[in-house]
Amino acid sequence: MNRRDLIAAAGACAALPSMVGAARGQPVPIGEPVRASVSFRVNGAGHHLELDTRTTLLDALREHLKLTGTKKGCDHGQCGACTVLVDGQRINSCLTLAVMNQGSEVTTIEGLGSVDNLHPMQAAFVKHDGFQCGYCTPGQICSAVAVLDEIKAGIPSHVSADLEGAMAVSEAELRERMSGNICRCGAYSNIVEAMTDVAGRQG
Amino acid sequence: MKFDKPATDNPIDRLQVVGQPRDRIDGARKVTGTARYAYEHHDVAANQAYGYVVGAGIAKGRIASIKLDAARKAPGVLAIVTAKEAGKLNKGKRNTARLLAGPEIEHYHQAVALVVAESFEQARAAASLVEIAYAPTKGTFDLKKVKDSGKKPEGDDPSLDDTNVGDFPGAFESAQVKLDQSYTTPDESHAMMEPHATLAAWEGERLTLWTSNQMVAWGVADMAATLGISKDNIRIMSPFIGGGFGGKLFLRSDVLLAALGARAAKRPVKVALQRPLMINNTTHRPATIQRIRIGATREGKITAIGHESWSGDLPGGGPEVAVQQTRLLYAGANRMTAMRLVELDLPEGNAMRAPGEAPGLMALEIAMDEMAEKLSLDPIAFRMLNDTQVDPEKPERPFSMRQLGECFRVGAERFGWSRRQARPGTMRDGHGLIGFGVAAAFRNNIVMKSGARVSLDSQGIVTVETDMTDIGTGSYTIIGQTAAEMLGVDLYKVVVRLGDSAFPVSAGSGGQWGGNSATAGVYAACVKLREAVAQKLGINSGEAVFEGGDVKAGNRSLPLASAAASGPLTAEDTIEYGDLDETHQQSTFGAHFVEVSVDTATAETRIRRMLAVCAAGRILNPKTARSQVIGAMTMGAGAALMEELAVDKRRGFFVNHDLAGYEVPVHADIPHQDVIFLDETDPMSSPMKAKGVGELGICGVGAAIANAIYNATGVRVRDYPITLDKLIRHMPDAA
Ligand code: FES
Ligand code: FES
Repeated sequence: MNRRDLIAAAGACAALPSMVGAARGQPVPIGEPVRASVSFRVNGAGHHLELDTRTTLLDALREHLKLTGTKKGCDHGQCGACTVLVDGQRINSCLTLAVMNQGSEVTTIEGLGSVDNLHPMQAAFVKHDGFQCGYCTPGQICSAVAVLDEIKAGIPSHVSADLEGAMAVSEAELRERMSGNICRCGAYSNIVEAMTDVAGRQG
Repeated sequence: MKFDKPATDNPIDRLQVVGQPRDRIDGARKVTGTARYAYEHHDVAANQAYGYVVGAGIAKGRIASIKLDAARKAPGVLAIVTAKEAGKLNKGKRNTARLLAGPEIEHYHQAVALVVAESFEQARAAASLVEIAYAPTKGTFDLKKVKDSGKKPEGDDPSLDDTNVGDFPGAFESAQVKLDQSYTTPDESHAMMEPHATLAAWEGERLTLWTSNQMVAWGVADMAATLGISKDNIRIMSPFIGGGFGGKLFLRSDVLLAALGARAAKRPVKVALQRPLMINNTTHRPATIQRIRIGATREGKITAIGHESWSGDLPGGGPEVAVQQTRLLYAGANRMTAMRLVELDLPEGNAMRAPGEAPGLMALEIAMDEMAEKLSLDPIAFRMLNDTQVDPEKPERPFSMRQLGECFRVGAERFGWSRRQARPGTMRDGHGLIGFGVAAAFRNNIVMKSGARVSLDSQGIVTVETDMTDIGTGSYTIIGQTAAEMLGVDLYKVVVRLGDSAFPVSAGSGGQWGGNSATAGVYAACVKLREAVAQKLGINSGEAVFEGGDVKAGNRSLPLASAAASGPLTAEDTIEYGDLDETHQQSTFGAHFVEVSVDTATAETRIRRMLAVCAAGRILNPKTARSQVIGAMTMGAGAALMEELAVDKRRGFFVNHDLAGYEVPVHADIPHQDVIFLDETDPMSSPMKAKGVGELGICGVGAAIANAIYNATGVRVRDYPITLDKLIRHMPDAA
């Protein structure tokens, strides 16, 4: 494809901005997928994958490593169901391509704890019934773990009164920081209780 | 078991396990990510391929031509399914629009093709190469504009009929105090977190579907009808469902397309509806325009009450039954209700959590607030003046149980209702105007036939199997609690297996009927198993007491497990209902209390407190039931403040069709929520003496928020959602 084709294709799209799935003039043929290799660690185990470069970290986890604990709610960074920890920071795994994570240390819900050995946050979610259908839950829990760390590290949020110094584990802070994780079942009130419980125990 | 007489004492009344706030038995699996949802069954069928759905780009018309060459040649593509490739398909009886369109298009994003490829990325890329030319025709998309063309809904369902009791026009005309107002509620989306998803695998004639469906038996029946194959050749498994709210009651395009794709590709195929496709492809709660008229004496006795509602749907669809609650909630000798349905070419309207009552109470309970103000009565006092213990249309028919007054009394005390200032705009805290609002919650209790199989093995493990689903409601847990109570064992001794069409047909999850009906089915099967156990142990089943893992009679005590020493014992039964729900009106009641703060400068509303007091029969598990109620209150808060599918009235589709555009409540929107359950057992509902509670919490809460906003600001908004643009021009002087 040359530059002129690209402009023509873009023009055809622009002419019909809302015709999703509709005729788009001349379709641009697609070549064989570009593949690349990537290595990262997931929950402590090393993985080397050969992937179509379009594969998101989310799909690498779910479809290639069969770690389906991380959920796909929207695939567009709108819901937080796919939240995992990459090098200790929470991230929407649908918004990062797998190949961008070379050398990373990824922690998913499966890495936090297991049925017989729950992470304190997982146990608190069960105790406070911080979920219903369970589909947003792995993302909520990964976020919740990261949020407590962020507060501890003194990273301010939109509702922090002071940008410096110690942050409080207040309900307002928790709610603000968790707002990227949608729960349509509406377990918010219980999730905040679970987090407060864990934060209290962490001291 | 036939349930046709009020329940008397039974083993459930011991409440050793039932009624206890137990943690969910599937909780550990959900919090560790090991509960498997529909798209995640990697190991059940080898060689799974990926499907990607193409949705129609017009709302109405025809496909003029469809070119698949480029897509077919794209790398990794295994098959493409369109209506032409699929051949003859029928329509399931619960679907209004077809699940695979072509050449006719009935609504925007109706599925027109499925591209199957080796990988998700390849299927997605190839789907963009499907070239479709459309011949659009003119559609109707604007409810308000065509409202007057509305017709009486067709069909023999009596709940769709107009109702008239006494002389409504005359009584309204001559009433001393009158209200005549219109209210609107917008189209809303279930927006459950797990997209509709299915893995389909054929083995010869037999089709196995791992899917996300609230009503397994309906899914089997409608799938068989759609494909024109025998029900016996279809198995559906739906063990975990990432939310449904009515959006997964019916067969949807993911199921059909996965099956057709798997047939075409000769491989198992999985399909998840892409999030931006879901809202227009699937069903939604239809918008309503409602008119309410209330006439009362100067003292506040309602003499006339009328409720009309207009809504739209595709040809062959039904209305949003928004007038239902008005037939039952308040007294008044002269009354009328009517629904009018217009044909719209928007996507299919259908049930969403508390269909009818949710939007109906959003209107009625504002009207009651307005009327109380006209009468200079406290809104609770006005409601209590018009409370009734009998069906107002048929006074000879009592409610099985109705504690609406007690809900308000308990709630008012807990909430501190006496601190409310009747005059709007008089309470302030910093930048916020503070308001209190109240509304009644009301939702009928529906009983449904429900079956289960229960078995006991030599280790004393009890296994329950039923096609009942757990959509987050806690079915696993309350079913386990029921079996544990009936057989006198600990909850951890019970294994619960759900959502498989190979199991006995249950009530399924919908209309808040699931919890009571499905546990009643398990109760019935357990009664049979108890008889089999007693017989095996040579004990008179009438005397047998099942307790602590033993079966006792007189001074004999034998381990329960010993009954299965020579092989497992299994019993199966179905609970069926007589006419107790006709002789008695069975409903659930509640009172919502809300405190809001509305910013004096920006008119932004923040909810500060929420309390619901519920009277809904026996609460089988206060922990999971409470979650149902707070979840519903949260969805109701969304309906009050933000949720609205924006209709493109020229092209005929919902514009904000993803989770960025369709706003639902997030953590920051929801304060701590309080729920109180009144102590209640309803012997008319089932041997469990329980009623539904999963939808009660959304009923009325939107109006309580609207009323709180009015109390805070003096601005009465009658068109939901109450966004700040509707308030700001009318806000009282900030000074
Ligand atoms: S799936 Fe990644 S944010 Fe929704
Ligand atoms: S638990 Fe269902 S979406 Fe959060």
